[in-house]
Amino acid sequence: MENRKLIKIATAGSVDDGKSTLIGRLLYDTGSLTTDKLEAIEKTSRQRGFDYLDFSLATDGLVAEREQGITIDVAHIYFNTDKTNFIVADTPGHVEYTRNMVTGASTSQVAIILIDARKGVIEQTYRHFFISNLLRLSHVVVAINKMDLVGYDEDVFLKIKADFDALVEKSNFQTEQITFIPISALKGENIAKKSAEMPWYVGNTLLDHLEVLEPEDLQEQAFARFPVQYVIRPKTDAFHDFRGFSGKLYGGNLNVGDQVTILPSFTESKIKSIQLFDQELEVAVPGASITITLEDEVDISRGDMIVKSSELPSSEKSITATICQVNHKPLKIGQKYTLQHGVNRVLAKVESIQSKIQTDFSGEESTEALKLNDIGKVSFKLSKAIHFDPYQVNRSNGSFILIDEGTHDTVSVGFIF
Amino acid sequence: MSTIYFNPKESESIHILREVAAQFERPVLLFSGGKDSITLVRLAQKAFYPARIPFPLLHIDTGHNFPETIQFRDELVKELGLELIVRNVQDSIDQGKVREEKGRYASRNTLQTTTLLDAIEEFKFDACIGGARRDEEKARAKERVFSVRDDFGQWDEKNQRPELFDMLNGRIEQGQNVRVFPISNWTELDVWEYIKTENIKIPSIYFSHKRKVFFRDGLIWTANKHVYREPHEEVVEKMVRFRTVGDMTCTAAVLSEADTLDTVVEEIRQSTLSERGARIDDKRSEAAMEKRKKVGYF
Ligand SMILES: Nc1nc2c(ncn2[C@@H]2O[C@H](COP(=O)(O)OP(=O)(O)OP(=O)(O)O)[C@@H](O)[C@H]2O)c(=O)[nH]1
Ligand SMILES: [Mg+2]
Repeated sequence: MENRKLIKIATAGSVDDGKSTLIGRLLYDTGSLTTDKLEAIEKTSRQRGFDYLDFSLATDGLVAEREQGITIDVAHIYFNTDKTNFIVADTPGHVEYTRNMVTGASTSQVAIILIDARKGVIEQTYRHFFISNLLRLSHVVVAINKMDLVGYDEDVFLKIKADFDALVEKSNFQTEQITFIPISALKGENIAKKSAEMPWYVGNTLLDHLEVLEPEDLQEQAFARFPVQYVIRPKTDAFHDFRGFSGKLYGGNLNVGDQVTILPSFTESKIKSIQLFDQELEVAVPGASITITLEDEVDISRGDMIVKSSELPSSEKSITATICQVNHKPLKIGQKYTLQHGVNRVLAKVESIQSKIQTDFSGEESTEALKLNDIGKVSFKLSKAIHFDPYQVNRSNGSFILIDEGTHDTVSVGFIF
Repeated sequence: MSTIYFNPKESESIHILREVAAQFERPVLLFSGGKDSITLVRLAQKAFYPARIPFPLLHIDTGHNFPETIQFRDELVKELGLELIVRNVQDSIDQGKVREEKGRYASRNTLQTTTLLDAIEEFKFDACIGGARRDEEKARAKERVFSVRDDFGQWDEKNQRPELFDMLNGRIEQGQNVRVFPISNWTELDVWEYIKTENIKIPSIYFSHKRKVFFRDGLIWTANKHVYREPHEEVVEKMVRFRTVGDMTCTAAVLSEADTLDTVVEEIRQSTLSERGARIDDKRSEAAMEKRKKVGYF
């Protein structure tokens, strides 16, 4: 693949704020909508008697979505410019689908929160900004949409910006992580080309803004964590004694020669080699799927973690986490789940639910159970210790999912304190 | 020794393939002979190197494949020492499980589903790895990486498991199975650029060649005994290549002079037509893919 940088984005905002339309527009303006797809959009728009092209048809792919004109499930959309590959998660705005926003945001570095210029900051804006804050996205773009319907009025833009700034103060975001852009997704104003209708806006267009983001700046700096996914034992004549530990590296670099500790056994060894297929590497960087061999014969299996001996994580059998409930079955005290932390699984029991957190930054209240889309603070007892970092420090080593023992569904996502 | 070489999409796919090998007892890689499944094979090689790929390949042969694809398949399997299982749509027809379609648009493409589900049952496969990508089609864009199917192979699009960060939950009940899509996040261009950088061998029909074809509905069809043709549909010889390779009855060719990887990649980059624009099966209706997926298609 060519050397294009990869930026992952989630969209957010209330129903009908124009998320799908915006993505369709980005596809169109970057020339990513092929003739046949465009023809299909033209045809459907005409059949429905619209005066304009309904770009949301480019992403709302399910029959039910097209019938109701809303997004129900996350769609992943891809487009690229000369310099950048973009992956956009188009998430549904409906309150009922808040969990899908959490899902979309979990794999993204940037959120675009849309606001309908006529409606201003509303409950869903709070909620989605809260989730962006909770998940520690690196950057938020506040796109104030449908400016065409308010006469491209600067005062409307400034008023919404001021309201939103009040929210930013309550969050962990620094002001430089937030960017405000007035747009019309439908008309293509300030998307790929600067709007002549809004000369008062001097900032970048949305696309220019997304292009200047650098993945390295969006990547967190933390300690190296290497959860072992799979042990490679070829048992062939050529590689008779080979024992490689494969997995994806998170947080920081690993080097050949590093002194490492293997968890949970706390045995120590040194990295003998790092391999990517048939290449030998000196250094592995976060995000790379690699295979490591060690100097010593150590007993290691899936779910174990290799870390630098000078950078041990916390090892605990009881943890407290912020939980977002993503399934209809509520989470209650005393319930048992399988907890999956990276590729490691242990049993977990809900010890206590400290609180349900209001997603408008207004505080917490006590509760007996967390229902679908609720966010709360929960303590667990585990069957075995897990080796984690706080989510604040390391996103991948500080998060987990809960799996229902009966249905096997993923019912919650947790962010460890 | 190089220091840093790292392709985020490749890395993600390798991660997924290793999860499959670790979480399932009987995985299988669905191999069509097309560029996406060939890319999957390369990724699987990388994921488990220096060990062999720890699962077999399964090819559902419609009997209407391009001979070049079948020949390529057999050579690849031999070269890499892989295990290949072939199941034939013809057998499902002979057993009376499915009926051959008739007429102008007759194709065995949808019939494959039955043969596939039978093979899953026969071998008790719990995970089927496929080369589908989300950019191919709008219903595919909604697909999970681990997509749980019930006993009937059905996809319940409104009730999918959320996938958070890169944690994959492959837990299933007896009788269920999971379709796995390791290159979900790749675009067509990503695949071609990868084939080029990795210098991966692909069947000759992806490159420009002279072929007997006929025109229908603005598409270029292969003239062959398996493809229904009306007497007035005139056969001509053209320089063509294929962008996607499936069954002869459902893949259309494109006019092209591109006969090297470089020129093919350049052509894809410039193209204003989507890959599935050349898929005859998708032209049947706007929701064709969603419908097929619901009943157990790949
Ligand atoms: N006038 C005007 N209308 C817009 C603009 N952007 C979107 N719309 C319209 O607003 C309606 C909703 O747009 P969608 O893109 O479907 O909204 P959404 O945010 O994706 O909605 P959900 O996914 O259901 O949450 C459609 O009728 C759009 O045509 C805009 O900039 N100006
Ligand atoms: Mg939408």
